[in-house]
Amino acid sequence: MSSFATHTLKTFSIGGIHPPENKWSAGQKIVTLPIPKQVSIPVIQHIGAPSKVLVNKGDVVKVGQLLAESSGFVSANVHASVSGKVSKIESAFDSSGYKRISVIIDVQGDEWLENIDLTDNLISNITLESAEIVKKINEMGIVGLGGATFPTHVKLSIPENKKAEYLIINAVECEPYLTSDHQLMMEKSDQIIVGTRILMKALKVNKAIIGIENNKPDAIELFSQKLSGPSDIEVVALKVQYPQGGEKQLIKSVLNREVPSGKLPIDVGCVVQNVGTAFAVYEAIQKNKPLIERVVCVSGHDLKNPSNFMVRMGTPVETLIEATGGVPEGTNLIINGGPMMGKSISRLDVPVTKGTSGILMFKQTVSNHNQYQACIRCAKCVSVCPMGLEPYYLMSLAQKNRFDEMEAAYPTDCIECGSCSYTCPSHRPLLDFIRLGKSEVNQIIRQRNQR
Amino acid sequence: MNLNLKMSLSPHIHSGNSVKKEMYGVIWALVPVWLVSIYFFGVDALRVTLISVLACLAFEWLIQKFLNKTESTLWDGSAGVTGILLAFNLPSNLPTWMIIVGAFVAIAIAKMSFGGLGQNPFNPALVARVFMLISFPVQMTSWPVPDALNFSMVDAQTGATALGIMKEGLKNGEPMSELMNHIPETFDMLLGRMGGSMGEVSALALILGGLFMWWRKIITWHIPVSIIATIALFTGILHALNPGQYATPSFHILAGGALLGAIFMATDMVTSPMSKKGMLVFGIGIGLITVIIRVFGAYPEGISFAILIMNAFVPLINKYLKPNRFGKEVKNG
Repeated sequence: MSSFATHTLKTFSIGGIHPPENKWSAGQKIVTLPIPKQVSIPVIQHIGAPSKVLVNKGDVVKVGQLLAESSGFVSANVHASVSGKVSKIESAFDSSGYKRISVIIDVQGDEWLENIDLTDNLISNITLESAEIVKKINEMGIVGLGGATFPTHVKLSIPENKKAEYLIINAVECEPYLTSDHQLMMEKSDQIIVGTRILMKALKVNKAIIGIENNKPDAIELFSQKLSGPSDIEVVALKVQYPQGGEKQLIKSVLNREVPSGKLPIDVGCVVQNVGTAFAVYEAIQKNKPLIERVVCVSGHDLKNPSNFMVRMGTPVETLIEATGGVPEGTNLIINGGPMMGKSISRLDVPVTKGTSGILMFKQTVSNHNQYQACIRCAKCVSVCPMGLEPYYLMSLAQKNRFDEMEAAYPTDCIECGSCSYTCPSHRPLLDFIRLGKSEVNQIIRQRNQR
Repeated sequence: MNLNLKMSLSPHIHSGNSVKKEMYGVIWALVPVWLVSIYFFGVDALRVTLISVLACLAFEWLIQKFLNKTESTLWDGSAGVTGILLAFNLPSNLPTWMIIVGAFVAIAIAKMSFGGLGQNPFNPALVARVFMLISFPVQMTSWPVPDALNFSMVDAQTGATALGIMKEGLKNGEPMSELMNHIPETFDMLLGRMGGSMGEVSALALILGGLFMWWRKIITWHIPVSIIATIALFTGILHALNPGQYATPSFHILAGGALLGAIFMATDMVTSPMSKKGMLVFGIGIGLITVIIRVFGAYPEGISFAILIMNAFVPLINKYLKPNRFGKEVKNG
């Protein structure tokens, strides 16, 4: 196992932090979780419009069958992750704490649609053409699996006046604790490489870069080895620095290109896809398998068995937790996602969805948003902000409801990475107030544009 | 299982840093300087520090308890830091009541009247020092000559600082070569064997404290380095132009309060700029004003005034010198 000298590692230029990595589930083989008795599949598991339900109560469905159909360009199909009978279609809580229209299926057996290839055979030959790939990705309900759940076909549909030069595979996994991408890379490297080539074909680019943080030397080694011959895909080792996996930061790190404020990666010729998405694309295109399962990392303080599970969508979170030995005594915070950007969840009967990268159980809330001291103007928030903003200033404007002035301080550039709140010695909830300011400023901008 | 789950927004983890840790970090960084001051100035150094710190704590507690009626922030360390820094800016033979007056000015006027921690525009210890320099000019400028391990309570000999000797001498038209004979050797100035305020004499101890704060990420290099570099450059040019009239850069950096000011006073987080660019401008401004006062002004030492003057510019600096924003301009060719 080779590790790469730190000084040669690429990274982004402004700000960043290095929280303790605590990747306790690293190296744990991906275990396929037994199918639960019942699943609850929300028709919205992505950014965009909710999908239209196609099934009725009492219908018998097979694994991979379409349950709900995409209702617009920015929307995604939702498929059955289990076989069985639709017992009801109702409003049920999802992990965000909102009630969503969900298809509840009572599981019977494990019967898949016939056209889905369930073998382990690696299919490297890509037969579909670019447009067909994008169409099929749309059909298969693929969304970004890094957590943002943006429909993948949208990112692959390049506007006519723009051109993609590079595909960047985001294999950074910069959030502490999370290991799902890492483990997937160790076990499915060949499939990920084919998935990357499929995405390259879809984008009509001949260059791809896989960016991996240097705390995964085994993954860097493995991919460098597999890609040592061909030069179409480059593996880049990146400095362990949060938020290395932020889209704009990653592009800056690997290509030294800066996405202009208010613009998208495609404006600098890049499309970024998560490594988990690349695997899902492989399965969708080569195996006809819709996005019905994903890797979820379960970890936390005093957890008996931190694990990486392959989980069917709709499986209740508590099933995963039970498989790791149950909620540790004294846990008072459960997070869907990573500790820096994940969302806390209030109940355990909520389902795993396309965006669930991890379930973390924390003993004590280390960040307390209620008790904070005066700003001592230490400028730490300014120096860690990867977007070069002034969090202390944004917060003070938001506290005073001075949103008109706030617009000139660019809260809309904030990527909500949380580095400012993490680092503040006065424990000020900087990001909470910046979020408030962001939404108010966005509203001001929208109103002005309507006029 | 009965779960009592907390709902909160991200981020869910914190660095564990706190105001207290920052302030106690500064206090640790001041220990070497303090030890040197005790070594050179004896028991008096202990007395001045103790009185200054206790008085600062007392004024903060009294004001929060009886005037502001707010929760006490006594133990966050900030009043303690002000107390130590004030002591370091004083001669070790200052009468106790004057120290208490100074502590009152620092805490009550320069800090609490603006709203307490984080709100004051000027460095509290320096406001107090300048107030005392103007109010008690004699006591504030007669410096005990250091005598290693002098624990006798007998009044030590007093004299002027190296900067004072230089200023006075040049005014009287003495040649620089002659003056240099009255001035401590560079090596002595590095260690601290010279007249001066308690905290300013030992360059080595100050640099050690500064490195500690830099390592602990309490300060960044920008302010101290820009101040020292500016002083070195400015005095270097003057010295090169006329060595008979202007002292060397190393003299200007080692004699007097340049290092204490650059490392501990100007870096006060509350009263210094927020962006790196701003910090550099702030530091360059302090360096320039310091040299102008020292060389062309009436006072032999100018860094306290320089820092206070630049403190006043901090809001303006923060307004116009913003950090480099990501994606501000396209640099992709």
